[in-house]
Amino acid sequence: MKKLHTLLFSASLMMGAAAHAQLRVEIAGVGSNQIPVAVAGFADESVAPEQVSAIIRADLERSGVFKVIDARQTISDSASPDLGAFKSAGADALVVGSVQRMPDGRLQIRYKLHDTVKKTQLSQLSDAVSARNTRLEGHRIADDIYEKLTGVRGIFATRIAYVKENRAGRDYQLVVADADGEGEQVAAHGKEPIISPAWSPDGTKVAYVSFEMRKPVIYVQNLVTGQRTVVANEKGSNSAPSWSPDGTRLALALSKTGNTQIYVVNADGSGLRRVSNSNGIDTEPQFSADGQSIYFTSDRSGGPQVYKMSAGGGQATRVTFNGSYNISPRVSSDGKTLAWISQRDGGYSLYAMDLASGQEQRLADSASEPSFSPNGKYIMYATKGGGRVALAVVSVDGRVKQRLSTQAGNIREPSWGPFMK
Amino acid sequence: MRNIKSVALIASFAAVLSACSSSPKLTETPVVEQSPVTQAAPPPADTTRDIRRVETGNVDALNDPKGVLANRSVYFDFDSYVVRDDGKPVVENHSAYLAKNKQRHILIQGNTDDRGGTEYNLALGQKRAEAVRKSMAALGVADGQMEAVSLGEEKPKATGSGESVWAENRRADIVYQ
Repeated sequence: MKKLHTLLFSASLMMGAAAHAQLRVEIAGVGSNQIPVAVAGFADESVAPEQVSAIIRADLERSGVFKVIDARQTISDSASPDLGAFKSAGADALVVGSVQRMPDGRLQIRYKLHDTVKKTQLSQLSDAVSARNTRLEGHRIADDIYEKLTGVRGIFATRIAYVKENRAGRDYQLVVADADGEGEQVAAHGKEPIISPAWSPDGTKVAYVSFEMRKPVIYVQNLVTGQRTVVANEKGSNSAPSWSPDGTRLALALSKTGNTQIYVVNADGSGLRRVSNSNGIDTEPQFSADGQSIYFTSDRSGGPQVYKMSAGGGQATRVTFNGSYNISPRVSSDGKTLAWISQRDGGYSLYAMDLASGQEQRLADSASEPSFSPNGKYIMYATKGGGRVALAVVSVDGRVKQRLSTQAGNIREPSWGPFMK
Repeated sequence: MRNIKSVALIASFAAVLSACSSSPKLTETPVVEQSPVTQAAPPPADTTRDIRRVETGNVDALNDPKGVLANRSVYFDFDSYVVRDDGKPVVENHSAYLAKNKQRHILIQGNTDDRGGTEYNLALGQKRAEAVRKSMAALGVADGQMEAVSLGEEKPKATGSGESVWAENRRADIVYQ
């Protein structure tokens, strides 16, 4: 009974949070080995524009890694809670905290993470933030909890970019939002399509392809200053930008010689040089995490397949062999997993492959444009359903699925941003 | 006397010829009077027999909605980049116009249906645009007059799904700049 109550309560919390969201998050197929965490209300958190504890609960729930238990009381970080009681209630950890308005108007947000089993403190944070950054601070605390309890860096404070389009109204927007779909901000807006956004590794810029010149041209936009530069406007089509891990170069697909081939260019557009060499299509380049290799799509064997070559060019080796249509390669930050789209039995599905063993796993159907979370644990992708395109997230083990839906228009071409300092 | 008469005839014939050669080219855009304020005073009374000519303009073959150049789309079979027989007249008509009008430039925009990946479709659309570009080059259009580009699946002519929709979107469009 108590369990049911907890479930209902956290579900209603989720819905409460969702009511404000531009993107609505729905979760399915939560994993089985969840870590039970009790989250208490933060002392005096009503002085903040949003409930910090609710943001943390929603983040932890959404990850699928935690079973969130509502502490049903407010506990300040300065209190000495009865950890044994929380252990008896099934919680392995307890989150407490407080919010305090400072004389300069900023909010002092403090939190502590307790281990109820060992009866020790695992972590704490204390940050002064402006009121509008309350949500971000909640995400940072959730990231800290995730990291201390799983050993993996959290991604709740990261951002995503995607394209919102209304073709009938000829309205195209490049949008940046928090990883949970909250806090949408339009970075670019126009009457022509935008595709293939790609975050710079430092999270300050986005490269993308815009059709505003009646052909695809690659731009890099500084999100902070709004300044925009043309990185490639060669004769023919310019597309598929992706950043080198150090942010100094971009790999691109250009058709300047007649067939689409892969090039590398400095981030300011200088020093363009060709790296792939085939008579067919070579496109969708992606640097490996160490910057030494480029994964790409090529139809040199007939249909499109994923290949890998040195970042400097030269001999390419084929990576995908099952199925006749394998596109959109993406590599996880640890270099161990390849995610891509494969057409099997008529549909387009998201697959992941362990690169060491070659073992494949089908993660989602009706999928396109995958993008890894910076910790490599989740993949965001665009999915078609009910005539509309929306975004979805799946964990790399396939256990947790979320769908980010919206009221109007298509949302596609997601790109998950990097960790921010 | 007879000589003088024939000289005068030749002179007037030459005048007519020169008048002809100074008539505006068909493709010239009509000149708009810029500053009426600085115009010369009205002509004196003894020139009232002069005629002030009015240009009625003409339709550029390119802008004639009933002309052969009005059709600017070349369609392709599924998974194909070969210009079909029904697309050849479109390619030929525009090639002939461009070969005669060297100052005109075109974009050839390749398109695909929406099945498959965004970027791979962009590359496939490029192959269709390239097929049209190569056909036009073979018919004498200069490389500098044309650029083959792709819109991939981003600008479908027909929306929805099914073979009739997909067929409509498997095409290359000739866009004058």
